[in-house]
Amino acid sequence: MMESLFYGASAVALLATVAALTRANAAHALIYLIVSLLAVAVLFFLMGAPFAAALEIVVYAGAIMVLFVFVIMMLNLGEAGNSREREWLAPRKWIVPGILAGILLLELVLAVRHAPASTSGIEVPPKMVGLTLFGPYVLAVEIASMLLLAGLVGAYHIGRRFIVRRDFSRPGDNS
Amino acid sequence: MGGLQIPLEHVLLLASCLFSCGLAGLMLRRNLIFMLMSLEVMLNSAALAFVAAGARWGQPDGQIIFLFILSIAAAEVAVGLGLVLQIQRRFKTLDMDQANRLRG
Repeated sequence: MMESLFYGASAVALLATVAALTRANAAHALIYLIVSLLAVAVLFFLMGAPFAAALEIVVYAGAIMVLFVFVIMMLNLGEAGNSREREWLAPRKWIVPGILAGILLLELVLAVRHAPASTSGIEVPPKMVGLTLFGPYVLAVEIASMLLLAGLVGAYHIGRRFIVRRDFSRPGDNS
Repeated sequence: MGGLQIPLEHVLLLASCLFSCGLAGLMLRRNLIFMLMSLEVMLNSAALAFVAAGARWGQPDGQIIFLFILSIAAAEVAVGLGLVLQIQRRFKTLDMDQANRLRG
C-alpha cells in the first residue's frame, strides 16, 4: 500500500516535470512545476525525511515559486511570447537535446541498475538533523549564510535600476 | 510513522529521469524563465538523490546537504530573476539568442 503511494508520487513528479518543461505559457508551466515539487515532498516524507519534506513545501514550492510568479506577473509576457515559444517547441528542435539527454539518462540507468540496497525505513527526526547541522556542519552553515548574503546583495544590485524606474520615474532619467 | 523500505535504485532512477528532463529543457528552451525552471528541476533531482542516500543509511547528513542545496537554489533564483528583469527591460525580449552579446 505505502509502496504504491511512493510509485504514484514518482509518476506524478515525472509527468508534471515533463509537462512543465514543454508548456508554451510560463504561468501554466509554473503550476506544473509546483505540482512536481509537492510530489517530491511526498517522496521525502515516505522515505523518512519529514523535515526535508516540510522544507521542500515551505521553501521550494512556497518561497522560490512565489518569486517566479511575481516575475512572470511583472513581465506580462502575453500572447506574442506564447506563439514564439510554440515555434521553438516544434519536434525537430527537440531531437538533438533529446538524444543528448537520453544518452546521459542511459548511462545513469546503467550505473545505478545493480545497486542491491534499499532505504533503511528509519525515520530521521528533525531533532537529529538540527543536532548534526549545528554540530559537525556548523562551518558549512556559516558559508551558506554568506552565500545567501551575497545572493541578496547581488539581486538588489542587479534589480536596482528596475526598482528606481518603477518607483520614481523622473522625466529625462532614462539610465 | 517510519520510512518505507524502497529499493534505492528506483529512487536513483527517478532522480536520473528528473535530471535528464531538466537538462533537455535547459538545452532546448530559449526563454530565460524556462531555463531557470530547468535549473530548479536539476537541483531538485540532485537533492532527491541526497535525501535517498541519507535514508539508505538512516543518517541525517542527506537532509543537511538538502538544506544547503535549498539555500543555493534560493540565492541562484534571486540573482537569476533580477537578471531576467534587467534583460526584459533592456532587450524587450527574454529570448537568449537575442541577448547573447554580454553588452548592456
